[in-house]
Amino acid sequence: MADAALPDTQPAPQVIARKNLGRWMLWLGSGLLAAVILIQFLNATGILPLGLTDWRPTLYAFIVWGLALGASRVLIHGEAGEQSLFVLPALLFTIAMVIFPTIFGLYIAFTDWNLSAPEHHLNGLDNLRQLIGDPYFWNALLNMVFYVLAVLGQYVIAFGLALLLNAGIKARKFFRVSFLLPLMLSPVAVSWMIGKSLMENRYGPIASLARTLGWENPAFFANPWMAKFSIMLMDAWVSIPFIMILLLAGLQALPTEVREAAKVDGASGWQSFWEITFPLMLPVSVTAVILRIIFELKLADIVINVTSGGPGGATDTVSSFIYREYRDRSNVGYATMLAEVYLVIIIVFITLLLNFVSRYMRKVV
Amino acid sequence: MTDIVHGDANEPAAIVRRWGGSALVYAALLLWTFISLFPIYWTLSTSFKIAPDIMQGHIWPWLDFAPNWKGWRAIGLSPDTIGATSTVRDEFLKRFANSLIASTGASLLAVAIGSLAAYGLSRFEYKFGFWRNKDISFFFLSQLILPPVVLAMPFLVLFKQLALLDTLIGLILVYTLMVLPIVIWIMRDQFDTIPVEIEQAAMVDGCSIWGAFTQIVLPIALPGMVAAFILSVILCWNEYFFSALLGSTNAQTLPVMVASQTGSQGISWWSMAALSTAAIAPLILIGIFLERYIVKGLTAGAGK
Repeated sequence: MADAALPDTQPAPQVIARKNLGRWMLWLGSGLLAAVILIQFLNATGILPLGLTDWRPTLYAFIVWGLALGASRVLIHGEAGEQSLFVLPALLFTIAMVIFPTIFGLYIAFTDWNLSAPEHHLNGLDNLRQLIGDPYFWNALLNMVFYVLAVLGQYVIAFGLALLLNAGIKARKFFRVSFLLPLMLSPVAVSWMIGKSLMENRYGPIASLARTLGWENPAFFANPWMAKFSIMLMDAWVSIPFIMILLLAGLQALPTEVREAAKVDGASGWQSFWEITFPLMLPVSVTAVILRIIFELKLADIVINVTSGGPGGATDTVSSFIYREYRDRSNVGYATMLAEVYLVIIIVFITLLLNFVSRYMRKVV
Repeated sequence: MTDIVHGDANEPAAIVRRWGGSALVYAALLLWTFISLFPIYWTLSTSFKIAPDIMQGHIWPWLDFAPNWKGWRAIGLSPDTIGATSTVRDEFLKRFANSLIASTGASLLAVAIGSLAAYGLSRFEYKFGFWRNKDISFFFLSQLILPPVVLAMPFLVLFKQLALLDTLIGLILVYTLMVLPIVIWIMRDQFDTIPVEIEQAAMVDGCSIWGAFTQIVLPIALPGMVAAFILSVILCWNEYFFSALLGSTNAQTLPVMVASQTGSQGISWWSMAALSTAAIAPLILIGIFLERYIVKGLTAGAGK
């Protein structure tokens, strides 16, 4: 890590001593961390059996190293060091929690690791070959395209609701709280509340309603397209409030004259919406939709709990498919390869998407 | 609502249109209120039903079915079983406590280190190697893209090596990682709105950087921190994926308990409904009473 400190023009002896102390602390901390890792490694390979059963000491050594790093920054760089203390904890935490597991995950992805098998070996590109020939993975990926497209439908409804809430209505607070509540509920509870009881074939009210409307044997999760659509409905129920709140904040930040002109009011309202409100809201809209797409790509809980990906993988998301690969088959190596490939696809997709829409977007970073 | 294009708002046609318009607006609002609230109402009312009520599709308590404590009795939370021993209730309370500890612990940790980082990024110029502020911000925010499945297996293996599997500490660490980008986003937006002059004045008066931060800036930024905290608690409370993967007996949270019961559908709707109601009740209370903070947290940086 380099530094942001200005060199002192005339370093006083105590300043030099202070800086040396800082350097010593950093070296000591790093040395300690390296020594602990070495000892643990020797212990793990059986060269130096110390009876350590876990790698906790390495974790503690990393924390000590982090403290030493922080202290040395202050001692060496003075005020600039104090400034760096603000961002260091979060940075070290994230790096330790993400970079290390990601590298480790890459190793797992190239092994035939199965939790039920006694040992595992590197197996080169076998997992990748299996992935290319796995129809369930490609099917899940195709489903993700539909789920992401469904975000546009959520956006249209959310925009309508935001306009309604922004109109001069009474009891606005009541409506806003009511509309917001679905967002707060856990997807697992929603899976039961809607997927397994409201949409239940025999006794669920939605099924009864469908029967009254003339659908003889309502089944929401039997037919592949119907099942996919039902999952989308549940997901929309939870997610629409998120987009709605962002759009509502955007609408309220519009200048008052614009709002006056853009009120929902007959044909002229329709026109003023397309000519004034919609273009002005474009940055907020794009930001909200992009955020929703990012979250949509992680969709799993509802699918896992309502359909387990069925019928025949019709509702599978990539995440729920990988989850089953791990839970039902303990196939850690292959599942991790799937996850890594999915991550690469996501990064490429999001990067392209951001490049394409960034000029319409709010400044995020 | 005034009609700008058509002029005279008191002309009869305009009045009719105005009333018709607002009737439509309220009809749409009520329709969506119904869509939003009915599943919640359904779950709550089903927890007081018995089998015949469910099969006959009864909906209104007292009018078409007599409320019954059966569902709540099954999880040991009805008035007559609340004093008796109940293994299901013990299980429920343990999961509830786990959820509470994991979500508040992770949110506190995330708000603490996230606020520090956000303040640093909002106020100082950093240069770690070739990393500037923009790169550090992007690094934090890019974690949002990472799907949980990518980290799941490595965490499983690493946590096993670190003896953190099935512990609340392990869960707190994962959840902190999950909400940290959101906290940093909200807090950076919050600090950006506080004028730098306030701290500069304090520092001229002899305050250190850290003194100015803790004594001057933090109190002003407190509403933002509360918003970030509440949003984090909600996200952690609802988290299912990691809890199901990394916990087995000690550290599983409420959603995992709810999910494990959903398999036995049909026969025990009343107890499922009671369990679901108990699991979502804290969130509904938060939603009703702290809605202001949730909206503030959600709209930070995106809506202004």
